[in-house]
Amino acid sequence: MNKLWTGFIALIIFNGCKSNNGGGTALPILGNKATVTKKVNGKAVTDTEYATIPAFKFVNQYGDTITQKSLDGKIYVADFFFTTCPSICPKMHANMLNVYKEFKADANFRIISHTIDPKYDTVPVLKRYADKLGITGNTWWLLHGEKGDTYKISKSYLQSVSEKNPKGEYIHDGFFILIDKQKRIRGSYEGTDPAEVTKLIADIKTLKAEPDQINFK
Amino acid sequence: MKLRIIGLIAGAVLILAASCQSEQEMEFARYYSAGSLVYQQHCQNCHGDKGQGLQILIPPLTDSVFLKNNKTKLACFVKNGLEGKITINGRVFDDQMQGDDLSPLEIAKVLTYIANSYGNKLGTITLQQVQNDLKTCE
Ligand code: HEC
Repeated sequence: MNKLWTGFIALIIFNGCKSNNGGGTALPILGNKATVTKKVNGKAVTDTEYATIPAFKFVNQYGDTITQKSLDGKIYVADFFFTTCPSICPKMHANMLNVYKEFKADANFRIISHTIDPKYDTVPVLKRYADKLGITGNTWWLLHGEKGDTYKISKSYLQSVSEKNPKGEYIHDGFFILIDKQKRIRGSYEGTDPAEVTKLIADIKTLKAEPDQINFK
Repeated sequence: MKLRIIGLIAGAVLILAASCQSEQEMEFARYYSAGSLVYQQHCQNCHGDKGQGLQILIPPLTDSVFLKNNKTKLACFVKNGLEGKITINGRVFDDQMQGDDLSPLEIAKVLTYIANSYGNKLGTITLQQVQNDLKTCE
């Protein structure tokens, strides 16, 4: 009898989770939703629109300009860091290195790391950092840009970064944000926690297998 | 009678030696376990949970020869930072570590921890030693 109840409760929870996922996707879609009414063939149709990452323009460690177009048709992971970070960044990037190794053969996958200290982290500094980290090619871009642009885009990723505090430290979140080909947020992972990053790797595989991603044009 | 006294003295010396020994061992154990906590809070994010470092960005703490040769400088490295080319396990690292404003006792503990972990075996680095070493920082 007890077992039956457990099974019953498990079923409810399981179904609850499923219905949260919306639209037959395996991973949830995060970010603010908005209901919009559009005219389709003269008829008013109500639809849910999810927040997407807006247009941007930054420069990577090779000096190449990177915009949202550079990520068209790609699944990617974003984070925020700076090269002289005394606290969480080395651990984040030690973990990100596992993501890099897992997917570097995939031409439709990218990692972008925004520096929040553009004054120190110039393009040559980012290149040297990439070399020391042992990353090559175009899988993982370290992005330099105007401080205001970086801080603004961080909000689209639901991240919070800010100016140096009175102690001269930057305060920033250490999350890895998973973005799909539709530029929607599909996951958020604590970048300093190896278990969370293992989950990120599994979720990227799940995401890649979604029909919406496979059939994306 | 004489024999008994000698026996007694020998016994006392033995007990004393034994308790001295365990005193040292206890000091080591105290330093080491407290040091592992300091390590987790102040060093692990960079040097890794196994002292493995990170690629050629951050050196590992597994080079016993380097640690031994620089034993009296380690306290200064931690306190004031370290910058420039160093060779660790045959690989060149050229970056910088910022100083960490730890107390001499915390430095002694964390150094005892790293100097006796990850394959290193350099014994206790005492508070006294750290205080002396800190006087010689450049
Ligand atoms: C922000 C990252 C960071 C933190 C935190 C950090 N280190 Fe380092 N450490 C480095 C870097 C980078 C170097 C290499 C500096 C160079 O290239 O000259 C280094 C070098 C060293 C070295 C000498 C080289 C070696 O590998 O043996 C020791 C010893 C050391 N660190 C111990 C510590 C201890 C103990 C702590 C904690 C109290 C600590 N470090 C915290 C980044 C860090």
